[in-house]
Amino acid sequence: MAEHTNNPVGKSVPRVDAFDKVTGAAKYVDDMQFGPGLYYGKLVHSPYAHALIKGVDVSKALALPGVKAVVTGEDTPGRIGLYMKDRYIYARGRVRYVGEPVAGVVAITEELAEEAAKLVAVEYEELEPVFDPYEAAQPEAPVLHPKMAEYQWPPFIFPEPGTNVSEHFKLRKGDVEAAWPKCAAIVEQTFRLPQIQHVPLETHVAISRWDETGAVTLWSPSQSPFAQRDLLAQSLGISHGDMRVISPYVGGGFGGKAGISIEANVVVMARAVKGHPVKVQMTREEEFVCTNVRQSLYAHTKIGCDAQGKVLAMETQYYFGGGGYNDYGVNIARASGYSCTGPYLIPNIKGDSRSVYTNTPIGSAMRGFGMPEIHWGIEQIMDRLAEKIGMDPAEFRRQNCVRTGEEILTGMKMPPVDLVACIDKATEAIGWGQKKPASAPEKKRGQGLAIMWKAPAMPPNPGSSAIVRFNEDATLNVYVGAQELGQGAFTVAAQMAAQALGIPYEWVRVSANPVDTKYSPYEWQTVASRITWAMGNSVKAAAEEARQKILDVVAEYWDEDPENLDIKDGVVISYQSEREQSLKNMVIYGLPNDNYEGWQGGPIVGTGKFMPTYITGLDKETGQGTRSVAHYSVGCQAIDLEVDTATGQVDILKIASAYDVGKAINPDLVLTQIEGGAVHGMSSAFEGMFFDAKGRLKNPSLVDYKIATAMDAPHEIHGDIIETPLDDGPWGARGVGEHVMVQTAPAIANALYNALGVRFDDLPLSSEKIYLALHAQETGEK
Amino acid sequence: MLHEITFTVNNDPYTIAVQSQQTLLKVLREQLGLTGTKIGCENGECGACTVLFDGEPVNSCLVLAAEADGHEIETVEGMSIGGDLHPLQKAFIEHNAVQCGFCTPGMLMSAKSLLIHNPQPNELEIREALAGNLCRCTGYVRIIEAIQDVAQNG
Repeated sequence: MAEHTNNPVGKSVPRVDAFDKVTGAAKYVDDMQFGPGLYYGKLVHSPYAHALIKGVDVSKALALPGVKAVVTGEDTPGRIGLYMKDRYIYARGRVRYVGEPVAGVVAITEELAEEAAKLVAVEYEELEPVFDPYEAAQPEAPVLHPKMAEYQWPPFIFPEPGTNVSEHFKLRKGDVEAAWPKCAAIVEQTFRLPQIQHVPLETHVAISRWDETGAVTLWSPSQSPFAQRDLLAQSLGISHGDMRVISPYVGGGFGGKAGISIEANVVVMARAVKGHPVKVQMTREEEFVCTNVRQSLYAHTKIGCDAQGKVLAMETQYYFGGGGYNDYGVNIARASGYSCTGPYLIPNIKGDSRSVYTNTPIGSAMRGFGMPEIHWGIEQIMDRLAEKIGMDPAEFRRQNCVRTGEEILTGMKMPPVDLVACIDKATEAIGWGQKKPASAPEKKRGQGLAIMWKAPAMPPNPGSSAIVRFNEDATLNVYVGAQELGQGAFTVAAQMAAQALGIPYEWVRVSANPVDTKYSPYEWQTVASRITWAMGNSVKAAAEEARQKILDVVAEYWDEDPENLDIKDGVVISYQSEREQSLKNMVIYGLPNDNYEGWQGGPIVGTGKFMPTYITGLDKETGQGTRSVAHYSVGCQAIDLEVDTATGQVDILKIASAYDVGKAINPDLVLTQIEGGAVHGMSSAFEGMFFDAKGRLKNPSLVDYKIATAMDAPHEIHGDIIETPLDDGPWGARGVGEHVMVQTAPAIANALYNALGVRFDDLPLSSEKIYLALHAQETGEK
Repeated sequence: MLHEITFTVNNDPYTIAVQSQQTLLKVLREQLGLTGTKIGCENGECGACTVLFDGEPVNSCLVLAAEADGHEIETVEGMSIGGDLHPLQKAFIEHNAVQCGFCTPGMLMSAKSLLIHNPQPNELEIREALAGNLCRCTGYVRIIEAIQDVAQNG
């Protein structure tokens, strides 16, 4: 308590969770102890991408000594789903991807559960599968969800029952047909992106226990403990008051631990063995095939500009490969529809964004939520347009990017951002236009850049809440239901509480680990880069309420106007009388009246909430509305790279990023997001899930699915922070955690073109693909 | 089949019975309660379970517990015995080299072994030493900086 860091907002104070994490003391779900009563569960996965279930025989599995229960679709008649309630917890009647849970086995050891899982006999009748999202949207494609019309979905989703389209968002603005003839340059191109995986270091794991009284507990590493509680309560008919989700530190989320994947399966297993906790840990292979992944995308996009480089029109078709079920998928397609232009002001737009069922793992949220996917094509087309009309790509973007107050594609006014400043900073840091020579004769060097935008994609009314509570020595406990994924949520919560109250940062303790729906204040989900903004507003409100309570007590004690009082460095001061009152003790015991004739005050507790109240619906046919989203964060990345033409190997020399975060509550933590995101983005450009003709994943391991290692990370990563305050952000802050990887892949593609003169329309990139493209003439192929 | 093994973990002597097929990783976590060592793949591909085996970094998921008989094992919990953080731990905190924290124990183990063998590594040598430890959050930058800091300033 010796150090006093006052006014910590804007200061790079140390993380509150770092000590536990460097000593091994930090507890993750798999580290929790449940004693000898713990049972183990194992999922039985579908081996077929698309098939009817003709029968499930569990008798042999149940006969194995030590096996306690086997659950199947018979046990889960209710549908579940985050937006579209489109799946059964265990498949009933039909399976829609390889890896789908068909049954769950509970036994006294993990080994026994695994053995018994192999004894569950499932009879299938194979159906024709469809994997490509564009093909799946065609009339002749096999329909994966014939009963879609019976499903429940929220009013802002527009599915097309009878087809595989689970969401079709339409954006119509201006007149594209009239605009094309006015264009001096037009680029039209198809882009394809494969499904990719989050690859958190911690695989999914869940433990559940049902009491005989009906109380249900789930322990899971979750970005969405409250959303999981809600989904489980609804689907299984449990009171929200009896359904408890406990979530300690999350060992990497990136969207993969948002929503719900295996957790419901484990809760159903536990229902069959009441009184015993049941634990299911995904192997790395299961993590690849049986948890949510990033959606694939087929994008066909046409953009045109006039001779001065003013973008006039855009027509785009996005087909997201939603996988067998939807989870976040429908809302990803929606978000990609209402942001379909990328960060550009375009007067004439025709955009169609669809989420399409495919016989692949569940396509869902991943860092960026549709934006990395759509920016891949947009940002390459913008480069090609700039080249066609002979304009510098950075200047082209400065000219066309969105600016504060402009009317964007949905008709909404653009909230405050400075994307031009981001472009200026990133190009300056990379030495734009001053390409340095390659390091060897067989190598070629290139520069490229890309810009981005992203709004928090969420329902219109996601809520946050927070509580602050003082201790006798004026230390303060801050309660939030937001999750610490590594992004620094707990640290900024502490900073904001200290700042709003006027106490030193060192006095704040964060009481949020684990997040526990029984004790933590409500938080919708830790997703969408919304926590610094939304949780932050609720923490600020809670701290301000506590501050006001303190000032009211002291004002009455001193017989002064509370307006003349303030709290500085943990001491109440009066600007009128210059008196001082320490917070110590008074925040619990209050203050005595004269001659100790009674007391006033008492334990100080503050509560706060935040929910955006201004987001409006969008028209089904045009996507137009007053306020489509809360805000946008924007940024620019510039890349300097070198390619070995003899091997096709790419060496990323430098990534320079600049993002407008409104206000950096903790600047160094913002930089760590920028750095980590740049490497995640770089890695994602080389990642892909590859399936065989039967829909079986060919690379479900970290050997065959490579993520960037310390050897691959760029030699230099530079970050710049722009601060254009957001009107309703705490101290002006908005999110940045996802944005930092949105445009890395197209920035690399643009740099590759600059180096090699070759364009790559499809991800993933690979040394092989680059080598073959470079040597296409020699090998006689295109 | 059960084997009785005698080994030290973080300088403490242990004699325990382990199954033939049990990995060192599982014994550390489940029998000794040392859960700082993490399970990421159980295939030797991610490095989250890295511990020091007679000072050398190993994937404890690939080491049978019986092989540890007569050897010295160090885990992340052994880095700060007595409550004082190891300089690497301090540097990881100061450089914000920690995000979700799941790779951190393994990273620290690899880094510690590197500095024992090579007190003044260059950047490439640090990257090579960490090549078997995957991290999805940090982009490795701060981890490399933290190790450089310790190498240069102790």
